[in-house]
Amino acid sequence: MQQQQQQLRVNNLSLERSGRQILSDINFALKEGEALLLRGDNGVGKTSLLMSIAGYLHINSGEIEWEIKRDTKREEGEEWGEEEENLLIKNLHFIGHQQAIKPHLTLEENLLFWCQLYGGEEKWVQEALIRVGLANAISYQAALLSAGQSKRLSLARLLVANRPIWLLDEPSSALDKNGDKLVADLIDEHLDGGGIAIIATHLNIELKNKKRIKTLMLKAI
Amino acid sequence: MNKIKQIAPVKKMNWFDKIAHPGQFLIWSRYLILPLIIITITTFIIGLWYAFFNSPEDYQMGNTVRIMYIHVPTAWLSQFIYVMMAISSIGSLVWRHPLADVAMKVAAPLGATFTAMALFTGALWGRPTWGTYWEWDGRMTSTLILLLMYLGLIALWRSFDDQLRAAKLVAIITLVGVINIPIIKFSVDWWNTLHQPSIISSKGISMPPEIYTPLFIMLFAFTMLFILLQTNAMRTEIIRRKADRLMRKKINKNSGAKNNV
Amino acid sequence: MRVFLAIIKRDIKLAAHSIGDMLTLILFFIMVGVLVPIAIGPDKEFLANIAPGIMWIAAFLSSLLALDRIFRPDHEDGSLLAMRHSAISFELIIFAKLIAHWISAILPLILATPMMALMLNMDMRNFINSVISLIVGTPALIAFGAVGAAITVSLKRGGLIAPVLILPLSLPILIFGVSSIKINVGAGTQEAALLILAAISLIAVSLTPFATALALRLTQE
Repeated sequence: MQQQQQQLRVNNLSLERSGRQILSDINFALKEGEALLLRGDNGVGKTSLLMSIAGYLHINSGEIEWEIKRDTKREEGEEWGEEEENLLIKNLHFIGHQQAIKPHLTLEENLLFWCQLYGGEEKWVQEALIRVGLANAISYQAALLSAGQSKRLSLARLLVANRPIWLLDEPSSALDKNGDKLVADLIDEHLDGGGIAIIATHLNIELKNKKRIKTLMLKAI
Repeated sequence: MNKIKQIAPVKKMNWFDKIAHPGQFLIWSRYLILPLIIITITTFIIGLWYAFFNSPEDYQMGNTVRIMYIHVPTAWLSQFIYVMMAISSIGSLVWRHPLADVAMKVAAPLGATFTAMALFTGALWGRPTWGTYWEWDGRMTSTLILLLMYLGLIALWRSFDDQLRAAKLVAIITLVGVINIPIIKFSVDWWNTLHQPSIISSKGISMPPEIYTPLFIMLFAFTMLFILLQTNAMRTEIIRRKADRLMRKKINKNSGAKNNV
Repeated sequence: MRVFLAIIKRDIKLAAHSIGDMLTLILFFIMVGVLVPIAIGPDKEFLANIAPGIMWIAAFLSSLLALDRIFRPDHEDGSLLAMRHSAISFELIIFAKLIAHWISAILPLILATPMMALMLNMDMRNFINSVISLIVGTPALIAFGAVGAAITVSLKRGGLIAPVLILPLSLPILIFGVSSIKINVGAGTQEAALLILAAISLIAVSLTPFATALALRLTQE
């Protein structure tokens, strides 16, 4: 049974950016249904750590290891190599500061694009918009959204495709009380479904089951 | 169940990494400068003596043929340096080697200078030979384009604040350029024959052996000059980067202290 | 393939929303055609003689003008980063974006060539040749342009440096492009030039997405 669990392990990770050591000797392991909160002052490398796990940054030493279940069901006519599919970068969601929203497109068009790109099912778009509380704005242009609503729309990207690992960078910034609750609920559901989440935040995120949360305090080097 | 590992390449220091480490490079290259200066000066003296006093005049071009002793070596360097930059680019992209970044960066202005010299001496030579300073001849056009490419690369280096990130991006365009150079050369030659059925041919110089000797000495002398300048410029750049890094460290420390209070 | 088409569709939709940009581009293209006769004089025979060159120079300059639109908007709002973990490879996404850019930035120019041909006193054969040569050669122009645009995407004023980098590299396209229009040069040269142009286009379009994707990845580090 132990073997069947999804997990993500990071060993001895260290990272240099622009000739400066940002992270060194980062270690943690997450099993399915567990979340990691990254804490620390501005500039200690929370975002950098998320980005290096996502594979955006070239790590200088250490390893990122993960085991994952996938259903091998594929759409007809869409084939990519086994190797390609196994890449960590194809199995995660990353929601950063930038929201990747096109103001000229409607909410639905915006989200549908990401749904197709991430290989989700198109009916999830509607559901996702309802879930984040933007159901009645579905055919409006995204330019009309407020900062908080834009954030909700970018969070909706998490719901348009099933991916076991979520990397969230300050998910509750610009959000109100209800929004905080929404973020917490989304993460809870994801963990219930056996997912893994890493969240960089300076706010409290109230999850149902406190035991599932680990915290990693980053310190400036 | 799939199990995947992403592992950063663990760097084992082999002999090459040891001598190519920027700090190490600073140490051993120090002993290189003086010998290089001596070799360069000596070969230049011998070469120039040959070029001026011990080589024949051309039966057609007279004394102006002596421009060749500057023109050919600089033209050779203009291409050699680009190839060297391309090799450094691979080092920078594939092995992410900081020394390759530095080599690439300091070579660009040197390459531009030698290319400009080649064009200038070419123009000086062209005036008495062809009767014009500038001719849209295949070789001269290609060299001009090469100069533009060097200048573009220098401009690109200059427009980045973060030189470490700049290195990789400049490396990409350098490599795209090196793949393109043969195509550019081919297209320019093609264009050239299309528009002027070779009235002028720069290959028509008869080369007696008395000309070969000074030419090869000068080629060697100029190559040595380049290696000397390149080594020295690389040392300067590494030291400058070190100073930068120390300065930044200090700033970070100071601002960090303020935050804690 | 569905995902591939979705990217093209989205980019064209976005371009259609900024129709002003497209009009500016066409206007610029036409204006080069206006400037030359005014600067050189209205001698019809002479104009017809240099028309192929002017046509290509106008296309050249307009395509450089549009270069900044390929990646900059997507880079600045984080869309490019979010595309990195999509279900298809990043290189393929770049390729799709190049196709979309060709359709939204170059195709309008080609549609405007009849006007150019009239102004420059081109005859029918020359005109048809020039349309063919533009269709065959402009993909290479876009492909090289994309590398330049990707390399300078993080620079605030990258709009100026990219053309300077790209111009020397694109000279073969200009040379063979112009030669493939002129019918009075020599037997077989025009056909040969067109074939070489096609070869350059094919090679450039198939290879540069890799360089472009690499440049964008490195920019995001």
